Amino acid sequence: MSAKIGEVIEASTTQFLAECYELHNAPPLGSLVKVKEGAIEIYGVVSNAATQSIDPGRRPIARGREEAEEEDIYRKNPQLAKLLRTQFNSLVIGHQEEGSLRHYLPPRPAPVHSFVHLCHPDEVRQFTQSFDFLSILVNAQIQGSGDELVAACLRLASETHDNKRAFLISAGKEMAVLLGGQLSRLNAILKRIRQ
Amino acid sequence: MNEESLVTPEGQGKRLGIVVAGSLTKGMEVKLDAAISVEDMAVGRYVVIEGEKQRFFGMITDVSLGAIDQKLTVTPPDVSDSFIAQVVAGTSTYGKLQVVPMLTIGGSAISLLEGPQPVKTVPPHFSVVRQASEQDVEVIFGQEDQRHFYVGTPLDMETKVCLNLSEFVKRSNGLFGKSGTGKTFLTRLLLIGMVQKNTAVNLIFDMHNEYGWEGSSEDGRKVKALKQFFPSKVAVFALDEESSRRRRVSTDYIVEIGYNEIEPEDIELLRETLNLTQPSIEAVYQLAQEFGDHQWLESALALKGGDEARQLLSRLNIHESSYRNLRRGLDKLGRLPFLVPHARDNSVQRLLEYLDRGINVVLEFGRYTDITAYVLVANVLTRRIHAQYRERTERAMGEDAAPPRPLVITIEEAHKFLNPEVARQTIFGTIAREMRKYNVTLLIIDQRPSGIDQEVMSQLGTKATYPLDNEKDIDSVLAGVSGKSELKTVLSKLESRQQALIFGHAVPMPVVVRTRDYGSAQSYRDFGFQEAAELKAKAEQEIKDLWG
Repeated sequence: MSAKIGEVIEASTTQFLAECYELHNAPPLGSLVKVKEGAIEIYGVVSNAATQSIDPGRRPIARGREEAEEEDIYRKNPQLAKLLRTQFNSLVIGHQEEGSLRHYLPPRPAPVHSFVHLCHPDEVRQFTQSFDFLSILVNAQIQGSGDELVAACLRLASETHDNKRAFLISAGKEMAVLLGGQLSRLNAILKRIRQ
Repeated sequence: MNEESLVTPEGQGKRLGIVVAGSLTKGMEVKLDAAISVEDMAVGRYVVIEGEKQRFFGMITDVSLGAIDQKLTVTPPDVSDSFIAQVVAGTSTYGKLQVVPMLTIGGSAISLLEGPQPVKTVPPHFSVVRQASEQDVEVIFGQEDQRHFYVGTPLDMETKVCLNLSEFVKRSNGLFGKSGTGKTFLTRLLLIGMVQKNTAVNLIFDMHNEYGWEGSSEDGRKVKALKQFFPSKVAVFALDEESSRRRRVSTDYIVEIGYNEIEPEDIELLRETLNLTQPSIEAVYQLAQEFGDHQWLESALALKGGDEARQLLSRLNIHESSYRNLRRGLDKLGRLPFLVPHARDNSVQRLLEYLDRGINVVLEFGRYTDITAYVLVANVLTRRIHAQYRERTERAMGEDAAPPRPLVITIEEAHKFLNPEVARQTIFGTIAREMRKYNVTLLIIDQRPSGIDQEVMSQLGTKATYPLDNEKDIDSVLAGVSGKSELKTVLSKLESRQQALIFGHAVPMPVVVRTRDYGSAQSYRDFGFQEAAELKAKAEQEIKDLWG
């Protein structure tokens, strides 16, 4: 299993929030991550990431007026790395139970403090053999643009497939069916994934 | 995505799509799979719909485009990008087929034995639609045998479409199409079929000398005709000995018609071509009453002006102008060289003798391509033959003997004999309507089917039609056929030559055929005819084999 990248700090059935072990080291938008819940592995797609102060009452202030390089700020203020944190949101899109992949929501949410792992490309390829997860993605109420998330997810997944173009065309056709009445959304997504 | 389902199981055609809507009367709507291009589809082609319990055999009658969202048609996606074009093809936009199911093939052993049945229901939603395979077409249209004659192939296929000739000759049939589309070729094919399979004896009124010895193709090539293939089974009768001699056709008999054989009804039929008025037709009947049915023409032509004629006219109450009109027409007849006051021989009797012996007769008109001569001769001869056949069939029924051999009379320019004004009076109208009982049927060839009496058209058993331009003609050919509007689409899309729509008794369902090749050495061999040189070589080989 690949190395853990963070830990769940808030979870619901449809999504979970995780904190990165390293500042500024969130997984890319749209990448597939997983969390263990007993015998079940829950899969999520990274839908949003943010870096902010640990204490909501103490917002960061600008410190680089005298510095030539950005890195110098962190070097001269080593406490900053402890006062800031990077979090990312993941949308739950399926799970694995008893060895079989299921492209629908798991029975229970991810436990808080469970480790979050980035999926291996082989795993991504396996998970994206079927496009059933797309319906969760396109219908999710996501902060910001859901279409961006769908496009990012497909772009990343396509990298794991041998025939990228064929994968994206098949995905596009699935989207065309799902977004039958929403032509502008379909166009927006297709433009973001076209090869 | 559905790559697996596109794999063709053995003996099955390629998968085209699925049924999404439809009705028995309007046909089924089929959504094409994304992998199938609409451009590969063609109206008139066959498809098989796999129902749950039976398979439906149908024909594509329309191809159209559909879109999942009407907005797409207003703001089209950026299809200059091949990726987007590929994505929307078959999903947001897709091809549609209109398929009319025609026959069903049951799945059980019993229904397989019964063969294809007319369709009475429709396949359920989402039934898979495939292109008909060669085997499917063979199951429907049979193989060539003693009764089935191979007329052509379906569009884009190599399978044979066979016509059931024994069904064909049971009823009168029609062959229609614009001039130059291939009517003569198909007629020649059908005649060869009937002679070869011995299903009927033929009498052909050959207006343009196409069916006897040789004919010509559109590109001016000479093609062999009946006599060259069946020298012992075909006799060429001629009206114009000189023309035959010039064309180096050996004729078996020169036909002459005596004045005594022309009856008033014959003149009535010629009313239009001789430009006669109604009173002058009445005058003919009066003259016939005066001089007798067999003598009137000779007497009328012998009438000179003067007192005698005037007295006769006033006695018969014939107006002077009517007489002049009639006289002009009769003089035109008198100028026809094959029309003589007293025929040397009884042509009709001779003709019947040939037909009795099972010899097919082609009557060549030579230079007399004038419609007057054609209508007159065809009518005079056919009337007599009709009477004979009728008498013989009735006798056969009474004595429980074998009825006379089925006779098929081929006439061209049929609207001249069968137009609504004369169809009720002419012998051809009678034959078309009822002569099936007496074993005489017609093969009607015409380019203006709308000119033919509707009652006659409705009695035709099998119709074959090449493209027609005139709306009235199309309506008249397709009158009373189920799925008429769909067939109309098919008919309008036929290529201008060699493609014909055949429907009726001799075929299980309407079929578009590309008529088989005719005119090349190979095509003659396909009929089973061998060239003289080949025959000689074969004979020599056989002698060698025999004697070592």
